Formats: sequence, structure tokens, C-alpha cells
Amino acid sequence: MERAESRAVISGAGRSRIGRRLGVDPWVLTADAALAAIADAGLTADDIDGVSTYPGAFWSTPGITGAGVDDVRGMLGLRLRWHTGGGEIAGQLGTVVNAVLAVAAGFATHVLCFRTVWESTAQQGFGGRAATLLDGGGADGRPVRFGRELTQWTTPFGIGYPCHAALDMRRRMELAGATREQFAQVALVSRRNAARNESAVYREPLSLETYLNARMISDPVCMYDCDVPVDGSVAFVVSRAEETPDPARAVTFEGLGSASGFDEAAAMMWARTDLKPADVDLAQVYDGFSVYAIRWLEALGFCGAYEGTDFVDGGTRITPGGELPLNTGGGQLSGGRMHGYGGLLEACLQLRGEAGAHQLDSDPQVAVVTSGAEQFTSSLLLGAPR
Amino acid sequence: MTEETSNGSALVVEAFERVAPPLTERTAAFWTSGADGVLRIARCHDCGRYLHPPRPTCPACRGRDVGFAPVSGRGTVWSWTLNRYGWVPSMPPPYVVADVELVEQPGLRLLTNVLDCPPEAMRVGLPVRVCFSKVGDAFIPLFRPEAGDGRGRPEAENLRGWPEAGDGAG
Repeated sequence: MERAESRAVISGAGRSRIGRRLGVDPWVLTADAALAAIADAGLTADDIDGVSTYPGAFWSTPGITGAGVDDVRGMLGLRLRWHTGGGEIAGQLGTVVNAVLAVAAGFATHVLCFRTVWESTAQQGFGGRAATLLDGGGADGRPVRFGRELTQWTTPFGIGYPCHAALDMRRRMELAGATREQFAQVALVSRRNAARNESAVYREPLSLETYLNARMISDPVCMYDCDVPVDGSVAFVVSRAEETPDPARAVTFEGLGSASGFDEAAAMMWARTDLKPADVDLAQVYDGFSVYAIRWLEALGFCGAYEGTDFVDGGTRITPGGELPLNTGGGQLSGGRMHGYGGLLEACLQLRGEAGAHQLDSDPQVAVVTSGAEQFTSSLLLGAPR
Repeated sequence: MTEETSNGSALVVEAFERVAPPLTERTAAFWTSGADGVLRIARCHDCGRYLHPPRPTCPACRGRDVGFAPVSGRGTVWSWTLNRYGWVPSMPPPYVVADVELVEQPGLRLLTNVLDCPPEAMRVGLPVRVCFSKVGDAFIPLFRPEAGDGRGRPEAENLRGWPEAGDGAG
């Protein structure tokens, strides 16, 4: 049986403005990205017969979702044969995995995948950043909600998301000899990449000294270890391979991993391809916290478990021109929290040779993109247009 | 920061009020366990395995007979962080957040706080013992260093494993 990966391509990609506190209706951002992606694919909205999004219209965290499936259906007048939107999928890019499955199964021909956030604007009305990271409650004396099973095991102890990343970092520092200087490289390389990417959000230089002296959030997680809430939307069109209007610009799927867990998702992806880690020309790994990027590098087999900090030590290996250019558009640390969609967009641009000022000189042919963390994870191995 | 009650029990009085967890059929036995100073953890009566958070089925043997069993309240710090952000308005930072592994079973870990320990004395492998802070009808299990701790760091083979999962939305 032909693999699902061979039957689908990314035919188009698009984005809205992405930035801090844009104050723009998130439906406008969504329409901007969706229509750009559809046009980029050489299609019209009449061609779209599927929609796939994360996390759908409903989520407790302010601004974490800007539009749902039905919002887009209504706005763009879509006639849908297949659609899905939800939070419990294989990482945020599980949307794309789902779209590939729908296309491969014949349920849809052109699936619009999108992710819209407006956290940066929404948080202004919800008591600030802490509210978001505590999952919809806690700021300014508002009652903390326990709508999700997880929260009751953290809120009585005053635990926010970064505390989890801090536990991982601290254990590595005490038992595996990892240093803050090593974790810093993820942030510093991302910032240098962002400086060359005019669509990144934070582009001013960031020095090691500034990183080391930065405000601690949950020691050793500092401000620069955390990605940044933004407003914006990114969209893709996943098409049945033989129906893509412009195959010369279509990014291919070499392997997909939807398994639950960093290691499991990566292993599944590698099991579905003949390619090896050594074949990868660039990596866009999920960097909601810098230690997540380290976890993904290890899971993907670029180095062994607990060796990720040595792998990025000094930064040279992961810079453009290095052995494995990492988060070449600035990642989420400097490009904004687009939840994996930013990394996938960057990978598509690089593989199509359309990244402009920050295009890699190496003519990249294979990219790996990951999204999510902990138990909600996905891993995508992509190829340049054939 | 804390004081023990006159009878030397494990109840601590804190200068702030924590957010009370909801007491449900699934979780009330855990959250109220500290009323008599004893920590109780969900345990499968079929295979004897402890599980946390509580679930009505055993993920190891799929047994359906899950109850709550008392544990020693002793554990070691699996990892820790000095939190400096005010996630909960009533809890002023800084405070130590820790993942504590109970001695009863490898991998049996609780996210919690460690009290009465300066950050410079915190370390992975620190032996700790449970205490409780009361909020509403709940007794929140917290930990303090074992008296007279002089043990070294855990062996290298204990490196394996990962922190308890968040939900990946961060």
C-alpha cells in the first residue's frame, strides 16, 4: 500500500502580519493567512474542501485560538467534505498530519490548515501573561478554573508552565553537566537568525551576557528561554499530490510521526522513511522553551539523550552554515509563538528557495519540523519540490 | 515560614493561602488524606502498583480495583526549581517547586513545593518528608528536608526519565 506521505504535498503557504499587540480582529488575521496560502497554491477558495486547525474555536487560555473551523467556513464560503479542529491532537502540526490522512484516504483534495493566535492582544484584557500561562485563571484574584484535569495538580502548588521546563533544565545541570551558557545558544542563535528575517518579531541583538543576567521566571528558566506570545495567523494548503497546481513549488512529505511523546513521534517518523538524521539539511524544532529544542534534537537522533546541550555548545553546529542549521527564521523564541506553524512556514520557504535575506546557501533538500511537547507531539520530515 | 503544631504532626501553617483543589470522587481521598498526617496514594489492589494522579483504572495491569493506600511520606527530590513568577495571586514568589519521587516505587512522583530549605541547600536527590498545608477541606501535600540529611547525589543510572508532563501548550 502506498504511504500516505507520498499522496499529499504542501501546495501553498501563507501568513498574516505577526507581531506584538496588533489589536487586529483575529478573524482578519485568519482570513489574511488563509487567502494568502490558497493563492500561493494557485487555487481559489472554491477548491478548498477540507479544513484542519488547532485547537478549534474553544480553549480556556485567552487568545490561544483566534478562529475555529466553522468561523473559516463561514468567512470564506467554503464547501467542506472533511474538517477537524481540536486540541488533543499530535501537537499543533498534528493538523497537517490529519490533513495528509484525509487527502490520502480520498476524503478531501485540498485541505486548508491554519493556526491563529492573538494572545498578545488578548492578555491585555485578562490580567497579563501569568493568566495565560496558568491556563485561563489566577490573575487579579479571579477564580482559578479546573476545567482541565491537569491544572488541579499544579495550581495548589503555584506551578506555571515554565516550572516544568525548569525541572528538566535543573536536572540536566546537576546530573549531566549542562550549563546555562549551553541553553543560551538556542536563544542566541535564534536571535541572530531573526535579525536576518524581516518578518521575525524580536530582531535586536541578544548577547550571552544579557541572557545570563536576564530576569528569572523559574530558575534556571529565564525570560529568554521562553517563547513570546504574539498575534498572527499562518496557513497551509495540503493537496492531493496529483492535484497540486504547481508541483515545482510543492513541498513533499518524506515521513510523519504522530506518536505521543518526543522520542516516540521522532522514532515513528524515521521508521516511515529511508532518510537518516544525517540527511537533514535544516531543523525547525519546537522551542516553546529552549530546553524543548534540546529535547527535540535528542529525540530526532541528532545526538543522544542528555547530550543536546553539548550538541549546541558554542552554537557553531546549529548556525546557518553549520552542521544542522536550527530554527533559521528565529524560532518561537524570537519569531513569536505560532505553535509550530512558524517553523513549518520557515521550512517551506527554505525548501522552495524563497526565504529571501535569510535563505540558506546550502540549497536545502530535506527539513525536519516538530511541534508540541510532552505527550502532544508531532514530527514532519519534508522534502524540497521535485 | 512554617511551624509545626504542638503535637509535632505534619501540619504546617503558611503565611499565605493556597488555591484549593476541587474535591471530586476521583481525587478527594488524596487531597484529604493529610487530615491525620498520613499521605495516601492511589494503589492498584490487583498488581500492587501505586499510581498518581489517581485514576479509576491501573495503567499497568488495567485492574479496576484501585483504592488509596498509606505511604511513608518519604521521598527524594527528582528535580527542583526556584520559581520567581507570581502565577497565583495569593502565593508570593519566590518559592521552590519540586518533583518528588516517593521511596515506595521508582517513578512515583508528585509535583509539589519544598519548604524550609534555602535554595542553596536544594539539590537533586535531597531526601524529603511530607507535610501538609490546609486550605478549605484539602490538605496539600508538601515536603521538607529530612532532618540530618547528609547523603550524596544519586548514582548516574538514576539520570533516566523526564519531568512530569505539562500539557504541551506552553
